[in-house]
Amino acid sequence: MALRPDLDVAAAMVPHGSRVLDLGCGDGVLLEHLIRDQECTGTGVEISDEGFHACVARGVPVLVADIDQGLGDVDDDAFDVVILSQTLQATHRPPLVLHEMMRVGHVGIVSFPNFGHWRLRWSLAARGRMPASASLPYHWYDTPNIHLCTIRDFEALMAHENLMIMQRVLLDARGHRLTGARRRRPNLLAAGAVYLVGRSRP
Amino acid sequence: MTETQRVVLFTRDDPLGLESGARLGPVEVAYETYGTLNADGTNAVYVCHALTGDAHAAGHHGDPGRRGWWDNLIGPGRPVDTDRFFVVCSNLLGGCQGTTGPGSENPDTGRPYGLAFPLFTVRDLVEVHRALLRHLGIARLAGAIGGSLGGMQVLQWVIDHPGEVDAALVVCASPRLSAQNIAFSAVAREAIMRDPDFQGGDYYGTGRAPDTGLSIARMMAHITYVSEASMREKFGRRLQHGDAPHFDFSVDFQVESYLQHQGESFLKRFDANTYLYMTRVMDYFDAFSDPVTVGARLEGTATRFLVVSFDSDWRFDTEHSREIVRHLQAWRVPVTFREVESPWGHDSFLLEIPEYHRTIQAFLDRTAGDLGI
Repeated sequence: MALRPDLDVAAAMVPHGSRVLDLGCGDGVLLEHLIRDQECTGTGVEISDEGFHACVARGVPVLVADIDQGLGDVDDDAFDVVILSQTLQATHRPPLVLHEMMRVGHVGIVSFPNFGHWRLRWSLAARGRMPASASLPYHWYDTPNIHLCTIRDFEALMAHENLMIMQRVLLDARGHRLTGARRRRPNLLAAGAVYLVGRSRP
Repeated sequence: MTETQRVVLFTRDDPLGLESGARLGPVEVAYETYGTLNADGTNAVYVCHALTGDAHAAGHHGDPGRRGWWDNLIGPGRPVDTDRFFVVCSNLLGGCQGTTGPGSENPDTGRPYGLAFPLFTVRDLVEVHRALLRHLGIARLAGAIGGSLGGMQVLQWVIDHPGEVDAALVVCASPRLSAQNIAFSAVAREAIMRDPDFQGGDYYGTGRAPDTGLSIARMMAHITYVSEASMREKFGRRLQHGDAPHFDFSVDFQVESYLQHQGESFLKRFDANTYLYMTRVMDYFDAFSDPVTVGARLEGTATRFLVVSFDSDWRFDTEHSREIVRHLQAWRVPVTFREVESPWGHDSFLLEIPEYHRTIQAFLDRTAGDLGI
């Protein structure tokens, strides 16, 4: 089965044979792919019962934990790659989670929906209601996404926290790579992004 | 109906070599099996019992009201599904429920061993399990499962023989006891050994046994197996008789009566020397004492671990389980972990807690699927 396009972009950033930690791994579909097709070893971290049992059913190793509490159990440098796929916006303390990622892994992969996308801006401006979309399907009152951000916001946070962006892939509304001239106005025209991030240079 | 069977696995001429270098023979083992071994011998699951368990894990011996100690987990359609798996459970080496232990006859003297029985380790317990599997014609396990001391055996099994177990299920166990854990064991042993009827361990056949010491040991241990919340709920400060306290030293509170019952009923089924040996086995256990060797063995093993703890367990709290997870992860061993909510303390592993059982079932289902059984 083909991987969801945005997961495919993230998977392409993971070197073969890596030790992978997937924070907020959900049903474990990305890890399953990495373990089976890219000879990785790895573990997911998930807080929901449904996600946990979906991972167990897939044979994907998973730990039940709340990543907002930090990753105190995980040794420094225990992993090659730490993934935070469509999860950053649901964390209580994004900077803490990003620093913990960089502590336990050499590189991080972060993806999130871009709240600066024109459709969301238009929705708020024209209808005056909190926007919803395919990647943000919730109402304002039941959404787990408490820290939505734009591409510009995220890049500003990375600079502020002194973390390094090594690669950026922009996504369209279906999660495919954004092509053509639209890439020139990412904060307006990209529906999401996947970043490869590293520790800052000393 | 199930039946406890016995087999002599080691003899005087072909003894069991212990980790200490001592040799022990004969060694007889009491065991039970449930379900049917498939033609390829690939569907076996070993159940390792805890400190005071026995071979009778599931089913009954004629009275359907008195069932094995893990009957809620093992059986047709249960999480350890005997329609699918062939399940083996044996009484541990050094035990007192059919397997050779300190109460067995020492062939050198013709009398029970007592404290002349050699000290043994978790590794030795596992070697006896493996000998039983050889006797049953089983080369590898689909799964091994155990709680507490049982989980320690599962962990040691995979560390010593990483290729032999597909799914390792380690429930509320510890990679090594804390000072507090050892302290509890020490007081239990003191209670037994300071009992005037202990007689240096040679109490067999004298008509006097250290019953007082053993029941005190059990009472104290029992306190550590349950949580404060569960004791409060079960007994509170309720009195045994009426509303007014007797204001004396009799058994006045309900919790006192309960503990006394626990201590006394334990005497019927347990031997004080076995209690000494089993608690000592746990004290000395240190699964990752030699991380370099263990790491080299485990790196790349196909064994999948499920580690489970309970949030109210303070005998082996979740930190013990997390330490196991941390070590295994460092060697890239696939490990799944969850702390299950339960108010019942360490004893939770014996209880039917839906989320706990669902997790075990899901993990074993996946294993069975991968093995095509």
